This record gives sequence, structure tokens and C-alpha cells, in this order.
Amino acid sequence: MTAAGVLGVLLPGVPLILGLVGLLLTPGDDAGGVRRSAAALGIAGAGIALADAIALLAVATSRSEPLAAGTTWASIGGIDVTLAFSAGPAALYVAIAVCSVALAVQVYSVTYLHDDPRYAPYAAQVSLFTGAMLLVVTSGDLILLLVGWEVMGACSYLLIGHDRRLPEAPAAAMKAFLVTRVGDVGFLLGIALLISGAGTSRISEVLAFDFDRGTLVAALLLILAGVAGKSAQFPLHTWLPDAMAGPTPISALIHAATMVAAGVYVVFRAYPLFERSPAVLATLAVMASITILLGALSATAQDDLKRVLAWSTVSQIGYMTGALAVGSPAAALFHLLTHAAFKALLFLAAGAVIHAVGTNHLSRMGGLREHMPVTFWTFVIGLGALAGVPPLAGFWSKENVLTAAAHATEGTEPVPVWAGWLVWISALLAVAITAWYSARLLLRVFFGPSRQHGPDGPDWEIGFDDARYTEPAVPHDPPTLMRWPIVLLGIPAALLGLAAFAPGFRHALELEDPHLGVAVVLPLVLLTAGAGAAWWLWTAVPGVDPAEALGRARPLFAAGFHLDRVQSLLVVRPVRALARWLTVADERGIDAAVHGTGTGVSRLGAIFADGHRVALPAAAVLVCLGALVLGLVAWLGALA
Amino acid sequence: MYRYYLSSSDFGFPQALLLLLVVLPAVGAAVVALFPATRDRQARILATVVAGGTFAISLLLPLFPSSDRGWFAYTPLSSSPQLPWIDLDLPWVPDLGLRFHLAVDGISYPLVVLTGLLTVLCCAYTIRGSGRALSALLLVLEVGVLGTFLAFDLILFFVFFEVVLLPMYAVIAGWGGPDRRAAARKFVLYTLAGSVLLLLGVLLVVTRAGTGDLIALAGGGTLTRTTQCVAFALLAVAFAIKAPLWPLHTWLPDAHTEAPTVGSVILAGVLLKMGTYGLIRVAVGVLPQGAAWASPVLGALAAIAILAGSLICLRQHDLKRLIAYSSVGHMGFVLLGIATLTATGIQAALLGNVAHGLITGLLFFLAGAIKDRAGTGSLEQLSGLRETAPRLAGLFAFAAIASLGLPGLAGFWGEAFAVVAAVHRGGPLWITLAVLAAIGGALTAAYLLRLLRRVTHGPATPAVHAMSPAIAPAEWFAWAPLIALTLAVGLVPALVLTDTLGVQP
Repeated sequence: MTAAGVLGVLLPGVPLILGLVGLLLTPGDDAGGVRRSAAALGIAGAGIALADAIALLAVATSRSEPLAAGTTWASIGGIDVTLAFSAGPAALYVAIAVCSVALAVQVYSVTYLHDDPRYAPYAAQVSLFTGAMLLVVTSGDLILLLVGWEVMGACSYLLIGHDRRLPEAPAAAMKAFLVTRVGDVGFLLGIALLISGAGTSRISEVLAFDFDRGTLVAALLLILAGVAGKSAQFPLHTWLPDAMAGPTPISALIHAATMVAAGVYVVFRAYPLFERSPAVLATLAVMASITILLGALSATAQDDLKRVLAWSTVSQIGYMTGALAVGSPAAALFHLLTHAAFKALLFLAAGAVIHAVGTNHLSRMGGLREHMPVTFWTFVIGLGALAGVPPLAGFWSKENVLTAAAHATEGTEPVPVWAGWLVWISALLAVAITAWYSARLLLRVFFGPSRQHGPDGPDWEIGFDDARYTEPAVPHDPPTLMRWPIVLLGIPAALLGLAAFAPGFRHALELEDPHLGVAVVLPLVLLTAGAGAAWWLWTAVPGVDPAEALGRARPLFAAGFHLDRVQSLLVVRPVRALARWLTVADERGIDAAVHGTGTGVSRLGAIFADGHRVALPAAAVLVCLGALVLGLVAWLGALA
Repeated sequence: MYRYYLSSSDFGFPQALLLLLVVLPAVGAAVVALFPATRDRQARILATVVAGGTFAISLLLPLFPSSDRGWFAYTPLSSSPQLPWIDLDLPWVPDLGLRFHLAVDGISYPLVVLTGLLTVLCCAYTIRGSGRALSALLLVLEVGVLGTFLAFDLILFFVFFEVVLLPMYAVIAGWGGPDRRAAARKFVLYTLAGSVLLLLGVLLVVTRAGTGDLIALAGGGTLTRTTQCVAFALLAVAFAIKAPLWPLHTWLPDAHTEAPTVGSVILAGVLLKMGTYGLIRVAVGVLPQGAAWASPVLGALAAIAILAGSLICLRQHDLKRLIAYSSVGHMGFVLLGIATLTATGIQAALLGNVAHGLITGLLFFLAGAIKDRAGTGSLEQLSGLRETAPRLAGLFAFAAIASLGLPGLAGFWGEAFAVVAAVHRGGPLWITLAVLAAIGGALTAAYLLRLLRRVTHGPATPAVHAMSPAIAPAEWFAWAPLIALTLAVGLVPALVLTDTLGVQP
């Protein structure tokens, strides 16, 4: 195997193996050594993978073809499944993003979970999670990709359910796994269709195969179901806001670089197939447009800091799938990378805020700017990038998406023109909404007076000497190990957009040259309008949440348009009813028939037994009858 | 009346090993049963040693490919019958033309090893408990199961198939839960009914074909289509009861729930496999036309089994009963693979067989451990396991996640490729079945996550709070191999797939 092949295997291999080793560490309260080795394993896994990915990128940029290596894994009835590694520069940029965020999360978690006795399995699961995502990114085989895809789902389940103090955590974990698993029903079937059509599961061969139209459309639509599940696209996005029950670093990991990025990445990877099918792209466009607006509107009304960010993820992933739909996988990947940087930053910074004030609720924050300057400024960078303020990262990538959508409205792309319009308009509207909720978030958390004690003010303590109130604990910037990951993530969140000017990066992603034309004006105007509206509401009525201005729509937005209830009504309850019905049928129908057969035979036996216990005269008659019958038979036999 | 396929049979060291594989546990069982009551513990240790010896022999088998019929000598999708690695063919009842024909090949070998392994683990597990009779019965069970997997003569196959029944009855009735007698009676009567059909089918095939030799019979031989269809119907129902296939499954939940831990492990781990193995080897292997005729029905029932099994699991409130019902769903995937009659499907079925043996075996071990410690198997009274026994909870989560078919673990291959095989078969019916099976996969995740949420998460109940978190060495010994193999088969499925490519109905 070539050196690149070895490095390629090590990329997902190291975190996966270190993760498995980490799971063997004794969980329990005997902190000390176990904690240290768990942290070392976790950080080493992410760190080595990061170095590996950078080395691979250096190799890959010097070649014209993507790196590839592989060997047969299993041959099942003539279908060869390969253990194949395959990655071009674009994939390696994603891998670097994954590793960087994972490293930041691992380092940050050491302090964030300093008093958690189950830190060891947590760190190991984060490693597994990272390895699984890297497997998805670098896999050259559909089945291998599915392995990474599902392992990620299982890890997300374990990690979201990690916090034992939160009663809602187990349910949220289960929901995350199940909703994505429902999407994976489609994913598996789609892959099965592709494999059985092409006769192989190697991605390069599948992409080159000439499928017939019907199969292709069916397979891609099914795969989209899986993508919607993993990447939290409408209508399978419902797991994501609830997944906030997981520890905050996990939210950063899931939202920024792994899990939700996986779906977008898979569409990117299989884009040669998607390109051939306008109907599928149109479906994706509809899904993306709904998701963009749904996520943005829902984010406006949340009171939970992490939920605002969660809904913003839904919306931003919508931008990526929108870019894919309008024929610009490059823009999608660019936005994926910048989003990874600024969303990881935002979540880790949000963790610092929550760490400092002890609550997720915006209504209990406020006035943190003076006490937490580092967190404040990183938050400003993160929210600015999210809203798309030039020259921060999000501005450039979002601009790319908007340009691609505008381009698609001219009918030059495979996607129908109406779909181009749909994506463009919803993406533009969402620019204003995003700016609005970003500004609201910033104002509510860092400006104004502190609302830490709630509307009734601080608690009073009555003592002997005097009535006095408890000193409010002064919030402070996080300790070193938490601060540095945030600060370092601030760099790409601010500057990664400028990478579009670097020819090497642009070439790797196949991005178009950045150009700032008149088209930039419209989103900038919308941005200013959105942020300005929030600012105006904030200053016009001091001390009141700008979200009050949403009026009657607020509960609707806050509940995410009640889609949870719809899901429960359409899926959960029918399944439960069916299960109830089937169980009854199984017990009272099938099993009763079995028992009935048994008792029926016993009764028949009893009847015959009774027949043998008749009184003497009747028995004598029966014996004579029997003799007569036998005689008759013998006579008939003799005749014949 | 028999046409001998192999006129002369050589008897060398490999053949001796094959014979030893069934003789050793039989002798061991007799010796263990004859031990005096005062030497109970020694008897149980001896049983473990015998089982270990048998397992060791089973591991030796691939080292001795017999003569020129090397185990690499297969040709994919060959028209010639699949030749076994080691072949032992002795006259048994010459007057009736019955032969004692044992052989091993790529289809049976993984199951032979699985049987050997699970028997060792169960015997070792019973060292802690009491009753040398239980150990002896486990060895008798091993004789029957190994014989079934090794028999290459239909009559012999039937005999071994029946050997299993009564020891299992005794295990359930002797060491089971409170409702054991009824469950054992139901088990034995139900499967006996299946045996009647099996006997009829076997006799029909043997009398029509004039031979019971499975090598000679492979591919159908001279049997007419009608005979094949009738015989297939008889055999398929018999094997479907054993597997079990919906709607012939209702003996299973009771038997599994009431059986002692080792009984459940052997039942789920290897006894059910006799049904699917018989279906592949005898029903599909000997009666391909009959199989082709019945495959849509079989496939449809398998898909219903997957859905019904997992939906019913959503409503179960007892730990062991839930795992028992989960077998219905999992074996549904195996049966779906077989029903597709494609090479992919059959290999998926073989993989699924072994994976289910490992994973469900592990699940039953863990469920037994939880039930023993907490004193209850009711899901209402089990909660918060991860608070008091984090290790046990972790292992249980591992087993449950493996059971839901997580890729990278053993369960994935059989289930995913059963779906792939159904899609590959094509046509509206099979695509529909594939969709239903895939939905069943999601439901499987649903009930296993519900189980985990009930058992491991949340605050600890009093029953769980009083549990001891320590795991005994015997338990580690029984669980560790299953955990390691679940991971190993998941990462290297070729472990199970060696030399099965030639399988073609």
C-alpha cells in the first residue's frame, strides 16, 4: 500500500481505535489517572487525525487525481464490498475542519466536564464520533460510508443522552437516533438500489454507472430521505432542537462539523448522479427553501440560548442543501466549512456563557459584556459570521450560495428555473431574519442589565445583623482550556471567507472567482434592515425582549411550527396503535389458536376416554357391533 | 434402494475428528450424568472441559481439508454439487440402506463453531450454579445440534434434529421460571408437530429419490416438480416452526422467557439456527423448484415477521420476553434472505444466523444477569442501571446497539444485505418486501432504544439500587468472547463467509 494509502487508513482509523480503547477504561468515580488517560486518548485521537489530514492534503494538492486505496472487504453473493479510501482535496478540507473542531471540543471538554464521573466514556465516544465522520468523508465505498454514517448516529445517541441530571436527555437522545434512523430506511434502500444496479458498492464505479432513469430518481430520492434525517432538513429536522439536551461541546461537534454536515457531504460526494436528475434537485430545492425559512423563523422566538443556535443550524444547513440544489456543490462545501468554524465557535462560547451564569435561558442573562470580554468578542465574530457581515467568513460563503441561486434563475443549471427562484428568495429573506435573531441574541446576552435573578430581583436573606441580599456571583471568562479553543476558532470564523481569494483553496473546491458586484447590495441591505430592526426594538422599549414584537406568531415559532405534534400524530401514534393491535392479535388470535388446538385435542381425547367407560350392557352392545363390523369387512374382503 | 454417491469412503484423521465432534459430548454427557451428587461441582467442571474439547476440535477442522477436495476447490455458482471439506460416510443400518454420513463445509462450519462456543460458555456459566444434570443436558443438546449441522444423510439429519427436543424440554421444565411447565410443554408439542411434517417430507424425498444422501440430492436430482413442491411445503413448515417464522412463532416467547439463562442462550443461539440451516441445506438445497414456487410466500411471511416482531416488541414489559420476540424479527431477516433465493440473500442469511447467535446469546446472558441481580425482569421495575452498575449498563447498551444492526458490528451484514438481496431480486413484490424489511429495521431501533431508555437511563429504582455492580469471573468468561466476536464478525465478515460462495440453490 502506498504511503498515502496508509495515511488515508489512519485518518479515520486512529480516532476509531483510540475511541474503542477509551471505552475500555474503567468508568467510575476514581477520577485522577483514568481522567487523564481518557483526556490524553481523546486529544491524541483528534490531534493525530488533524496532522494526518494536513499531511494528506499536502500530498493530494500535488496530484491531479483524488487519493485512493482499497482492498476487498467481503464478497457477498458476488457483490464486492471494499475497504476503500478515497479523498480529493475538497474532502480533505472537510476532514481538516472535522479534526479541528473535534480537537477544540476535546480540549474544551476537559474543563467543561471536570466534575463528571463519566468523562472517560464521553471522551471515547467523541473520538468514535470523529472517526465515524472521517470515515464518511474519506470512504470510497457505499457500504463503508454507511458504516460511518450509522456509527455516527449511535454515538450521537450516546452523547446526547450523556447528561444524567437532565430528565429530558434520554428522550432527546432516542429521538435523535430514531428520526435519523427513519431517514436511514430510505438511505439504505437507496444504496441498495444503486448497488444492485451497478453491481458494486465502490463509489467511483457507482458514479460512473449509467443507471436507467427510474432507478436513479428512486434511489436518489431515497438517499435524500437519509440526508434529510442526518442533516436535519424538513421534515426530519425535529430531532435537532431537542438534541440540545446533550452537553454543549457535543452540540458544537454535532452542529458544526459532524453529523449534520454528513448529509450535505454525501450529496456533494454523489453529485455526478444528482446532476443527472433535475426532478431530484427540484425536490432538494423545495426541501432546502422550507428548511431555511423554518429554521430562521423558529430561531427568532426561542428563549433558550442553545435552541436559537440549534434552529440557526437548521437554517444554515438549508443554505448548503439549497446551494446543492441550484447546482453549486462548491458553494455548499464552502458554506459547510465556514459554518463549521463559526458554529463551533458559537456553541463553545455559548457553553462558556452557560458555564458562567448557570442557565440556558436568555431571560436570565444580560449585561455579560463587561464581565466576559473574551467571550463577548468571540460571540460578536461568530454571530457576525452567521449573519453574514463582511468581511467575516459567513459573508463570503453565503454570497456564493446567493450568487449560485441567482444564477439558477436564469435557467442555465439542470435544476428547473422555479426552483432556483424559490431558493434565491427564501435565502434572501432568511438573510434579514438571521440578522434579526443574531442581533437579538447578542443584545439579550451581553447588553442591558443583568437579569440573573429574574423579575423579582435578588433573593433576600434575613439575618441577625441586617437584611441583606445574596451577592450575585460575578460571571467571568472561562478558564484557559476552555478559552483557547474559542479564541482559536475565532480566527477561521473571521478569516476563512478570505480563503476564496487563495487560488489553491478555490481550485480544490472548484469555487468560482469571488466577485463583488451590485448583487452584494441586496443582501447587505437586508442584513442591515434585519439587525437594525432588532436594535430599534431593543432601544425603543428598553428591557423588553425584541421577540415580543412577533406577537401572536411567537408561540408558533417557538414551538417550531408544531411539527413535533404533526410527527407524533402521523407517525408515532399510528405505530403505537399498530403495535398495540398486533400484540393483541398475536396473543388472542395466533397464540389462542395454538392453545385452542391443544385444548381441542385434549377434549377430543376426553370424549373418547368417556366412550371407553360406558356401562356394561352398552359396552356389550358395542363389542358385538365391533365384531359385526369386523365380520362384514372380512366378508367383503373375501368377496373381493 | 440407495444409490451410493461415494462408493468408497476413506477414514483418516480428519474423519475421526468429525466423528469425535458428536461422540465426545455424548460420552461426556453420560459420564457427567453418572457422577455422584457429592461431586456435583467436579461434574460441572468436567462438562465444561468436555465442551471445551469439542470446541477445540471444531476449530481444528479447517486445518484438514480432505484429500483433493480442498476447500478452495469451489467454483462460484457451480452446477456441480458443493463438495464438503471433510466427508465421513459409514454404513449404519445396511439392511435399510441407512448411512452414517457426516460432513462439514462452508455453510455448516460457522454454525458448528458457534454451537461449540456457546456450549462452552453455557457450561462454564453453570459452574456457578448447581446441578450436573443441567450440564449433562447441555452436552446432549450439543450432540443433537452438531449432528444436525453435520449430517449429510436425510434420515440421520432427522434423527439428530429430534435428539434436541427432549433435553431442551428438560432444561426448561427443570430449571425454568415460575411458569416453566406450561412453556416446556408448549415448546415440545409445537416443535413435535413440526417434526411430524419434517419426517413426512424427509420420507417423501428419500422414497422418491431413492437416496437420502445430501450430496447426491443437491440441486433436486431426479425429483419431479410436483414432488418438490409438496416436499418443500412439508419441510418449509417444519423448519419455519423451528426458526420460527411468523405466524408459527408463539412457542418461542414462552419458552425463552421461562427457560433458565443458559437455556435461552442455547435456544436463541443455536436451536433456532437448525430451522434456517435446514431450510438452506435441505429445503432449498434439495428442492430448488419447490423453493422457487414457494419463495414469494416465504418472503412475504418473513417481511411480516420482521414488522410484527418489532411492533410487538414495542409493547413488551418483560426483559426476556422482549428479547425473545426480537428473535422473531431478526430471524425474519434471515428468512427473507433465504427466500430471495439469490446468492447474496443466502450469504446474508448465513451471516445473519451467526450474528443473531452471538448477539442474542449475549443479550440473554446480560438479561439473565440483570434479572438475577434485580430479582425482576419487569421493565417497570428496572430503571437507572447506569447509575448503580455502569459496566453492566455499558455492556447491555453494546449488545442492544449491536442487535439493532449497527454497521461495524455483526448484526449489520445479515440485515442490510437481506434488504440488498430483495432489491436485487427486483420486481414489485420483492421491492415492497425490501421496503417493509427496511422499515422493520427502523422499528428494531425503536424498541431496542425504548428498552435501553427503560433499563439504563433515568433514576435508579429500588430493585436496581440494591443490585451489586460486580461482575463475576465466570460471567466475564461467558460474555467476553461474544463481545469480541460481535465486533470481529462486524469488522471482518469474511470470517463467516469463507467458502460459501458456491452456495446456489
